[in-house]
Amino acid sequence: MKYTISILVENHPGVLSRVSGLFSRRSFNIDSLAVGVTDDPTVSRITIIVDGNEYTVEQVEKQLNKLIDVIKVKTLAPAETISRELLLVKVAAGAAERGEIMNIVRITDSKICDISRTTMTIEASDTTERLETLLELLRPYGLREVIRTGTIATQRGSDFITVKK
Amino acid sequence: MISAAEAMVKCLEKEGIKTVFGYPGAAICPFYDALADSGIRHVLVRQEQNGGHAANGYARITGKPAVCIATSGPGATNLITAIATAYMDSIPVVAITGQVNSDLLGRDVFQEADITGAVESFVKHSYLVKNAEDIPRIFKEAFYIAGSGRPGPVLIDVPMDVQKVPIAFDYPKSISIRSYNPSTKGHPVQIKRVIAAISEAEKPLICAGGGVFAADAGGELLELAQKCSIPIVTTMMGISAVPVDHPLYFGMIGSHGKKAANTALLTADLLILIGARVGDRAVSTPGILEKRTKIIHIDIDPAEIGKNMEAAIPLVGDASIILKQIIDKVAPCDHSAWNAELNALKTSIVPDMEERPRTVNPKAFITLLSQKLNDNAVVVADVGQNQIWTANQFMVPHGRFLTSGGMGTMGYSVPAAMGAKLADPGRQVIAVCGDGSFQMQMMELATIRQHDIPVKIIVMKNQRLGMVRELQTKGYHDRQIAVDLENVPDIPKLAAAYGIPAKSITSLKDAGSAIDEMLAADGPYLLECIVDPDEATL
Repeated sequence: MKYTISILVENHPGVLSRVSGLFSRRSFNIDSLAVGVTDDPTVSRITIIVDGNEYTVEQVEKQLNKLIDVIKVKTLAPAETISRELLLVKVAAGAAERGEIMNIVRITDSKICDISRTTMTIEASDTTERLETLLELLRPYGLREVIRTGTIATQRGSDFITVKK
Repeated sequence: MISAAEAMVKCLEKEGIKTVFGYPGAAICPFYDALADSGIRHVLVRQEQNGGHAANGYARITGKPAVCIATSGPGATNLITAIATAYMDSIPVVAITGQVNSDLLGRDVFQEADITGAVESFVKHSYLVKNAEDIPRIFKEAFYIAGSGRPGPVLIDVPMDVQKVPIAFDYPKSISIRSYNPSTKGHPVQIKRVIAAISEAEKPLICAGGGVFAADAGGELLELAQKCSIPIVTTMMGISAVPVDHPLYFGMIGSHGKKAANTALLTADLLILIGARVGDRAVSTPGILEKRTKIIHIDIDPAEIGKNMEAAIPLVGDASIILKQIIDKVAPCDHSAWNAELNALKTSIVPDMEERPRTVNPKAFITLLSQKLNDNAVVVADVGQNQIWTANQFMVPHGRFLTSGGMGTMGYSVPAAMGAKLADPGRQVIAVCGDGSFQMQMMELATIRQHDIPVKIIVMKNQRLGMVRELQTKGYHDRQIAVDLENVPDIPKLAAAYGIPAKSITSLKDAGSAIDEMLAADGPYLLECIVDPDEATL
C-alpha cells in the first residue's frame, strides 16, 4: 500500500540527504519525494510516498523523528488527503495530430505550454492516477520526454501541520 | 576576540572535559595549537580508531560525553569504525575532525574526505561548521545531543580556515532545539497497566540492557526486582547492571547466553524489557516470544518499541524515572517458587572448569580472575570467543563489564580499557582479548607506556580466529579457511619491547600467582594465556 508522509524539517543543507539516506539504509521504498521551503524560511516540507505496510510506516515515522533536523512527521490518511503532482510531457505532434491532442488537453484540464513544428509540451497538475490516464492517452502519439515532480499533499478540511505543538 | 580554534578548546573546558584522545594532522593543527594552552590532557593514541574506542570507554565509566579528535581525510575515516561502535551501543562520544579549507571543499584536495556524509548512517547527529561564530552553539548542542535521550556519537567537522577565524566567545548557558525533546517520564496510564501486569504475573522476568547504564538505573532496577521478587536476566550490554552475584540474577540471555537465563526467557509469562533493543544475538525468535509472553518494553527511544518485537505495554522514557514511578505504586509480591525453579537450573549447570593438559581453561581462568579482582573492577572484553568466555564467567560483584555489544568490533578492549582507566584511575581495569583482536590494537601498548596508563591486558592465545573457526566447524563441514593465525608473534616479548612487563602461562595451576603478580604490578601488565584451539565457546 502507498502512504503519504508529510515531514517538516529544518531548512539546512544536508537535511534532505539525511532523510533520503534513512530510507535506503532501513530499506524502505520511496515512490516519490518532493521538497520545498514553507512560508517560514527556516522550515522545509518534504512529502514522501512510501510503499509498504503499517509496520514500515510506523518505523519510518519513528526513525524520521529521531533525526535531529526533523521537526514534525505525519502520515496522511488516504481518504483525508488532497494530493497533486506536476507533469511536463513533450509529445510528438505534427500539424495532423494537434487537433486531437488539444482535445485530450481540454478534457483532462491540462495546458499546452509550448509547441514546435514536431512536438507539443503539455503541463498538467493533478493526482498521480489522473496523470497516468493523461499519459496513456498521449502515449500513442509518441512520448518524447516525461518530467514529474513527485507528489505533494495536504489534509482535507481545516487541519494543518505546523511547527508549533 | 579569540580564534575559533581557541573557542573550540574553551567549549571543551566549559563542558568539563579533562581528557581527550586524538591524533593530530594538518587540518586540525589550529585546534591542537590552541589545546597547548589548555589544562586538558591529550592522550596521543597510535591510530584514530583507538582514540574513538578510548573515548567510548571513558564515556561509559563517567556516564558523560567523551571526546576524540582526528584530522581530515584518513584521520577522519579511521574514526568511522569507532563512531559506528559507539552508535550501536548508544555511547555518548563527541568526535571532532579537522577538514580542508572551506573554499576547497568538494575539490578532492589532499586529505579531503566527506566525513559528515560518510558517517551519516551511524551518528546521532553531525555538523560541518561553515561559520566560525556558530562554534559555541554547535559544541553546546553536540554535547547535549550526545548525552541526552538515547545517547550516541555526534561528529563536528571543522574546516581549517574556519578554525582560524577570530570570534567573540560566548558559551550558551542553555540549549533549546525545537525538533529534539526526548521524553523522560513514563505515561501514567501505561504505568498503571504495568503495575496491573506485574500483579497478575505468575512468572515475571526483568531483562536489562545497556540502556540501564545510560539511565543509571541499576539501583532502581534492583529495588523493583527485590520488591516483587522478579528474577533478572541481561543482554550482553546489560551485564553488571545489577550485581552479578545477586540471588535474583540469572545471567546473560541469547545465542551465547546462560541456560537458566534463556529458560527464564522462554517460560516467563511477563517480560519487562528495560533499555534493551531485542537484538538478534539476544533474542533470535522475537516473533514467537511476543506471541507467547506479555511484554512490557521500557525504552527512551520510541523507535525501539515494536522495531524487533511487538510490546503489549510500551513505555517510553528514562528508565530510572519510569522504574521509580513503578516502584512507588507497585505492591510487593512473592515469586519465590519461580525463583527456586530458575535457581535449580542455574546451580544444576556447572561450567567446565577442568584442568587442561598443556593449556589454560579460559572459563576457569576468568572465574579465577573475577575472584581475585577488586569488587568494583572494570573488565573490558574484546570480540570473539574471549568475549563469550568473559561475559559468562564475569563474576565481579560490583564490577563493570564493558564490550562492543552491538557492532562486535574487534580491537575494542585495549583502547576502551585505556579510556576507562583514565576516567576512574582508582579502579582496576582489565582488558581481555584474543590473539586475533590483540593484533588489531597492539600499537596502543605504546600509548599505554607513553602515558603510563596502568591497565592490565589478558591475551587468550590460541593461534586461531577461534569463533570463526567454530562457525566453520559447525556450519561449513569443518573446512577451515583463513582462521589460522600461524606464527603469532611472541606476545610477551612484544610487550617487553614496548616496555610493558608480561608473562605467559600454559596451565591453570600457574594462573593464581600470575594474576596476583599482574594485579600487584604498579603499571600496565600483559598476561598471556595459552588456550587450546579446540576450546569451545560455550
